Amino acid sequence: MKRIAYYKGCSLEGLAAEYDLSTRALCEVLGIDLVEIPDWNCCGSTPAHSYDPMLSAALAGRNLAIAARQGCEMVMTPCPGCLKSLKGAQEICEHPEQRKAFLELVGMEMDERTKTVSLLQLLYEEVGLEVLQKLIRRPLTGHVIVPYYGCLLTRPAQIARFDDPENPISMDRLIQTTDATVPDFPYKTECCGATYGVTRNDIVGKLSGRILDMAARLGAEAIAVACPLCQQNLDLRQNQINRYCKSTFHIPVLYISQVIGLALGIDPKVLGMDKLSVSPDCLLQDLGGAENQESHICLSPYNPPKQIGQISQCNHAEYAQENKVSRIRLLCVLAADFARSVRR
Amino acid sequence: MRIGVFVCQCGTNIAGTVDTEAVAGEALTFADVAYATSYMYTCSEPGQQEIQRAVREHNLQGVVVAACSPRMHEPTFRRAVEKAGLNRYMFEMANIREHVSWIGNDRAANTRKAVDLVRMAVAKLRFNQPLIPLNMPVNKRVLVIGAGVAGIQAALDSAEGGLDVVIVERRPSIGGKMAKLDKTFPTIDCSSCILGPKMVDISQKENITLYAASEIESINGYIGNFTVQIRKKATYVDWEACTGCGLCMEKCPSAKAPDAFNEGLGTTKAINIPFPQAIPRRASIDPLHCRHFTRGKCGVCSKICPVKAINFDMQDAIVTEEVGAIIVATGYDLFDHSAYGEYGAGRYPDVISGLQYERILSASGPFGGHIRRPSDGTEPKDIVFIACVGSRDTSVGRPYCSGVCCMYIAKQAILTRDHMPESNSYVFYMDIRAPGKNYDEFVRRAQEEYGVQYIRGRVGKVYPRGNRMVVQGADTLLGVQVEVEADLVVLATGIEASAGASELAEKLRISYDQYGFYMEGHPKLRPVETNTAGVYLAGACQGPKDIPSSVAQGSAAASKVQALFARDTIETNPQVALVNERACIACAKCIQVCPFGAIKLKELRGDILKAEVLPTVCQGCGLCNATCPPKAIQLQHSTDNQILAAVNEICA
Repeated sequence: MKRIAYYKGCSLEGLAAEYDLSTRALCEVLGIDLVEIPDWNCCGSTPAHSYDPMLSAALAGRNLAIAARQGCEMVMTPCPGCLKSLKGAQEICEHPEQRKAFLELVGMEMDERTKTVSLLQLLYEEVGLEVLQKLIRRPLTGHVIVPYYGCLLTRPAQIARFDDPENPISMDRLIQTTDATVPDFPYKTECCGATYGVTRNDIVGKLSGRILDMAARLGAEAIAVACPLCQQNLDLRQNQINRYCKSTFHIPVLYISQVIGLALGIDPKVLGMDKLSVSPDCLLQDLGGAENQESHICLSPYNPPKQIGQISQCNHAEYAQENKVSRIRLLCVLAADFARSVRR
Repeated sequence: MRIGVFVCQCGTNIAGTVDTEAVAGEALTFADVAYATSYMYTCSEPGQQEIQRAVREHNLQGVVVAACSPRMHEPTFRRAVEKAGLNRYMFEMANIREHVSWIGNDRAANTRKAVDLVRMAVAKLRFNQPLIPLNMPVNKRVLVIGAGVAGIQAALDSAEGGLDVVIVERRPSIGGKMAKLDKTFPTIDCSSCILGPKMVDISQKENITLYAASEIESINGYIGNFTVQIRKKATYVDWEACTGCGLCMEKCPSAKAPDAFNEGLGTTKAINIPFPQAIPRRASIDPLHCRHFTRGKCGVCSKICPVKAINFDMQDAIVTEEVGAIIVATGYDLFDHSAYGEYGAGRYPDVISGLQYERILSASGPFGGHIRRPSDGTEPKDIVFIACVGSRDTSVGRPYCSGVCCMYIAKQAILTRDHMPESNSYVFYMDIRAPGKNYDEFVRRAQEEYGVQYIRGRVGKVYPRGNRMVVQGADTLLGVQVEVEADLVVLATGIEASAGASELAEKLRISYDQYGFYMEGHPKLRPVETNTAGVYLAGACQGPKDIPSSVAQGSAAASKVQALFARDTIETNPQVALVNERACIACAKCIQVCPFGAIKLKELRGDILKAEVLPTVCQGCGLCNATCPPKAIQLQHSTDNQILAAVNEICA
């Protein structure tokens, strides 16, 4: 069993808990021993590196240094934001002066051999498509899933050093191993609006709306993502987007770990599928039994099932109940709405 | 020995950060130094006269000049001391400009370092010996490598001057990239009509020997006496017999070979003549697609050929040519736009390169001169041109401007409008670079008379929507994002060094820059020479260039060769290896390491073997000197004694 240090980052503790659940479940099936980095701390995220690159390197690098002490040569993080911070921190190994400053700040040494990878990179490069292909138990044949990479997974190219920064294909290939249909998705690296979801959700409405629209045009039943923030914007805010765009999108947004996990035959509950805001039921219905062949046809957003209209009109509490959204997610939506009303 | 030291101030270039008076004063204390002075511009006429005066008045036997790089002025000062009556090798140069004054601001440290360098030069000079060059006859034949427009011009000008010319082209026809162009900017004259007659001249001039479908295998020798081996690649057609009738091409059943002349748009026959005006007009077989080679049976061409020219057993052949000078005109290659993921990484058939569009516009192209989309053959209505694809972009390792793209887009947009008056053309550009004669006026005409819409900004993404392409970009003048739906997207793909340029440079022993373009002798003053004597450059192999500049360089290189061949003999460089026969033990290690085959064993008085250096072949690299166990072989002017003397001075 391969031992890999696991840095889950803050979002997988809360909003993206299902990303954590599904990643752990997936790695267990794949025989990967995830060792959560003991006493891990915040990677610094955007505030740290926009304030001081060394602060960012120190915060993120501390986790790498602990991982090295644990004897792990590879650190995996599912979150692209954390990934950028960790990979960026690793860069200072090449600069003796920064390395010295790091030692003074953190009191630990980084190991230049430590390799940080995303979950995507782990699946694509370390596990490999062939191995995955052999493990598929419940192929997603006939389902149309589009991959959405977002902005950070392969960028900046000189730090990410993975896949093509403008036309990545790793997630396309991974989804193809499940036998799902993967259209060429032109907006695979377009911006989802990122943290503007909190302050200017009209921007998210426009940008994420475009992404959903393109996915709908391509007949996508689901969007696969690898970033908690993208997932939040596309899934949790899908109703806000619908209101902004006057649209009726109803496209479940799954983490790549959930998509692969489903195909490997892992129980949807274990993968945290019930925590998604837009119900992925249509994807789940014909799994295993495969009697209900018509179920996924109804998913085309231009042929919407009636319940969608109902949801967009109902209040948040009903909405949460109906979609089994956790309280914390509901609070976020409420907070965003509150922020918007205050601004007005 | 009486040595004179001259410390140059180079205006303020050196004197600004080096105390040249102090350096000269210090030099007077070195052993054997009889005279030392500092001078404002030592390389100037009065500066050189000062050296000659000092040599005579102070009876100097050797001269040290502390100034710029020897690559700059060593020949100048060698001539100066020779005029004063000394042997030109009784001269040493200390580089206190590039190695001292230009790289540091600490005056005291600079002065100390300059003193050290002068001390080393003096120490070496004390062991210098007068060296006498040999005079060798010049072989008045010239080799031109590459038969694009630059090579053709160089060959024709040389032949016009009465020289024997050997021209080598690796593709089956000469003409290069220019032969593929439809029209040329800014005059819109037909490219093949102005190039065609020159191509015919190449084949008809009696003193031009053309090797097409051939490559340079190896190059040995030196200025005036090069030996070149040329690999004639197997074309599976006997070109002596082939008449270019084209019957084989007509009857060949394998029509799936990619059409290299049409830049991969469409296909051609497995046996083909690349294009109607090809020179030589000879057929060649593409063995990857010929049924005889892929399936082992067919032979239609061999049965039908009226002159029985087909030879499936043909092998590559090596021919040897002796020449006195070489003109390199290997041209460029097009940047591969699949590096741009955001433009589809080469996946979309309707996103094409500039040269592909040129073929589409051309009457001899894949659609007979009618503008069609490669995907479905329909006539496009909206065409978007994207400038700077593979130019001025550090993210793909191409920070330089390709120089021709702004102009060829303007030309293609004008031609598009001429072909289809109802069409719309859009150009996304960064800046318009049109510095040639009548160039800017031409671009203005595209904008003003032809209504081409110029949008200043980069394109972020190209993707399909239905059967059209969507081009997403920024208009930085309006500060807005724009989206244009287009039927065809033409990328203004930039220029990069020709494939294999670095391998050829190593055979020629010339230098190239980090992008693979060949280095000229001096960026301003020696634009067509290289630092290897007898090797000249022409055209885009030296850097991105348009047709007028390439032709000008072709003529310039030819005139350089004419000047060289105006002499009957040429002096060889005496800085070569020399064997001390008393110390040589004939271990032959020097023969093993010599990259030029310049050393052989000779028999002395019956059965005693000794190494012998062929001074005309030796390039003076010094490998044998470093290898020789008894130190019997010594590189003249850089002997062990000379180098150790210099090293001892700085280590003492």
